[in-house]
Amino acid sequence: MAKVKRFMQGNEACAEGALYAGCNFFAGYPITPSTEIAEILGYQLPKIGGKWIQMEDEIASIAATIGGSLGGCKALTATSGPGLSLKQEGLGYAAMAEIPCVIINVMRGGPSTGYPTGPSQSDMMTAKWGTHGDHPVIALTPSTVPEILTETVRAFNLAEKYRMPVFVFYDEIVGHMREPVEIPEPGDLEIVDRAKPTCKPEDYKPYDSNFEIAPLAAYGKDGYRFHVTGLNHGDDGFPTNDSKRIDQGCRSIMAKIENNLDDILKNETVDMDDAEIVLFAYGSTARSASFAQRKAREKGIKAGLFRPLTMWPFPEKAIREAAKKAKVFIVPEMNLGQMSLEVERCAPGIEVKGINRVDGEPINPAQILECIEKYK
Amino acid sequence: MADAAKKLPRIEINEKFCKGCSICVDFCPTDVLEMKGPVVVVKDLDACTRCQLCDLRCPDFAIQVFD
Amino acid sequence: MTAEAAKKQKLSVPFDYSKYLRGGKLPHIWCPGCGHGIILKALLRAIDKIGLTNDEICMVSGIGCSSRTPGYVDFNTMHTLHGRALSYATGIKMANPDLNLIVTTGDGDALAIGGNHFIHTCRRNIDMTILVYSNSIYGMTGGQFSPTTPEGSKTSTSPYGAMEPNFDCCELAKASGATFVARATSYHVAELERTIKAAIEHKGTSVVEILDQCPIYFGRQNKYKSASHMMEMIEKDGTVSVKQVDKLPPEKLEGKLLRGILHQVEGEEYCDKYAKIIEKAQD
Ligand SMILES: Cc1ncc(C[n+]2csc(CCOP(=O)(O)OP(=O)(O)O)c2C)c(N)n1
Ligand code: SF4
Ligand code: SF4
Repeated sequence: MAKVKRFMQGNEACAEGALYAGCNFFAGYPITPSTEIAEILGYQLPKIGGKWIQMEDEIASIAATIGGSLGGCKALTATSGPGLSLKQEGLGYAAMAEIPCVIINVMRGGPSTGYPTGPSQSDMMTAKWGTHGDHPVIALTPSTVPEILTETVRAFNLAEKYRMPVFVFYDEIVGHMREPVEIPEPGDLEIVDRAKPTCKPEDYKPYDSNFEIAPLAAYGKDGYRFHVTGLNHGDDGFPTNDSKRIDQGCRSIMAKIENNLDDILKNETVDMDDAEIVLFAYGSTARSASFAQRKAREKGIKAGLFRPLTMWPFPEKAIREAAKKAKVFIVPEMNLGQMSLEVERCAPGIEVKGINRVDGEPINPAQILECIEKYK
Repeated sequence: MADAAKKLPRIEINEKFCKGCSICVDFCPTDVLEMKGPVVVVKDLDACTRCQLCDLRCPDFAIQVFD
Repeated sequence: MTAEAAKKQKLSVPFDYSKYLRGGKLPHIWCPGCGHGIILKALLRAIDKIGLTNDEICMVSGIGCSSRTPGYVDFNTMHTLHGRALSYATGIKMANPDLNLIVTTGDGDALAIGGNHFIHTCRRNIDMTILVYSNSIYGMTGGQFSPTTPEGSKTSTSPYGAMEPNFDCCELAKASGATFVARATSYHVAELERTIKAAIEHKGTSVVEILDQCPIYFGRQNKYKSASHMMEMIEKDGTVSVKQVDKLPPEKLEGKLLRGILHQVEGEEYCDKYAKIIEKAQD
């Protein structure tokens, strides 16, 4: 049977993906260009008995999202640059207290209020370094409307599995673009739910270090009572001053990522086997890059495309590998050079050429092709 | 019940918890308690009316009156 | 003596706090004479009178000395970020409306950094009890002025006397839409327990401002001799019960804060309203 196809906007696909993943809690605050997600879920969630609330700001939104998650829901919030800045302290809390939640950030021009209706990709480092302290980060970067749906589902799965906040970052162009999307049937995509404790209530430890990722009970639903804090804590969730346990806690939240890179990383590569000119591109920019790469090959230029769908953790190994053959990496991005710095870090001695645009206009294929041709 | 009237209450003080703030001493209506160094002690058990105010106002779960 | 031992000796047993406390966490971190412990004890007695079980309660706090309360009680507990307790609590309550939410927060936590969340939580009338431990100071960070510090008071950031006017927490709560607003003190302990009980029993947003003392920072900087001295001057002599207001001449009311239930009205509760939205959406 042919799958149902619907013509939809990126933000609509995001809401669709969230619902498919089992999202039943949303807290947010309106901000262009993400608002449609809140609007659609405000209409859809009550229909399935889900909870939806418009909070008084983004600080409250991330807080309520984390609260909803601890209440046993699959929780989502959506925002854009200025809101992402406000959410930072709460994001650190979710990372520290290991509370699953998904944060959509639809990127507009910045800094500050910037260019609300214009696209950008300038929040990539905010995802990684926004909140203080060492913390784990997973950020997914879809390029197409169908991909926004599937990557939103994957974001929920990763959040629930690894007990942490997971970002989906895409630019305003994909967020507002319309494309046909195949709507997955139940069972088509994998859905992961968080592990629940099975021990006796008196034995429950929400940060039990015998587990890589300890099961998480819900407040008032599973018969377990426990304490959660943003302070450094022991296995039982209570604050600790034990330097050994503090060290262990700080490392273990990072180890969840480091030990599971194969599960978390996801890239698309095109013609990378013999690529001398590697395009590293994500979001809508990857669409232009893909076009330019095809044109370059038609002209006999050994160009390849590396497109990360998981941007954080950074695909370090794959870039190091590509660097063995590449003579140049071209990194087009709608910012003044963010991910190009990471590519440089992983490809020492190899030229990394940024194509940067911050005028609110997309980076077009011709621009990229022109750059490729300089290196042929 | 004359007998019961004579029966003295017991005032339990947990010295590990008492922080010596003297709130119980200062507000005891019949002056039963006093500070002795860093902790509270019972000075005049006879005077205790079992009002429980020391327990109610102790911030530290350190004093209770058993009737 | 344990409660068991007391029973054996046929002594009548005073209130047994241990059933609500997490084993091994006492003594608590609060300073000698700090009023926060008095509030915690009154809260536990109130919970007992209502007959709530440990499982039915979720206690959420922000950051500050007062916000350390949840760490001591054997409920579902969450210690969140400075000022944000109400937003976390809102999420939990929405996700699980059966839980009785109690938020313990300081005057700085609730009214300065968390002021916006405070007014909007009151406006929503979501069912939770907000206990504002109001000691007129930032205790945890070492005695800076807060939005409830009386003008002229000395604090570590107002060495020449606080120049900003202070908030009336109860007026703010009422104006914002809270359907239960009360003021209590850690001096009037029996009244405190009754007020907290009434606040928890009230359906909707309940705010209780509890005047208590920080003898270490507010007390010392403002020449109070002891915790008891503060309780006497600020809590006992500085307040008047709402029940006595009509009987007292105006000059006796000057400069006093009112104590007791100041405002209680019925209003549709947020989660109940949301349940109706669900019905409407599914229609
Ligand atoms: C975002 C943020 N800013 C500042 C602080 C530092 N801080 C911790 S507690 C506190 C004040 C607490 O005062 P209050 O809420 O009145 O509670 P009290 O300690 O007096 O009980 C401050 C400013 C913080 N933890 N987080
Ligand atoms: S009130 Fe409590 S802590 Fe203070 S002196 Fe009395 S017993 Fe000790
Ligand atoms: S600093 Fe003040 S508020 Fe904090 S525990 Fe000590 S007395 Fe209490």
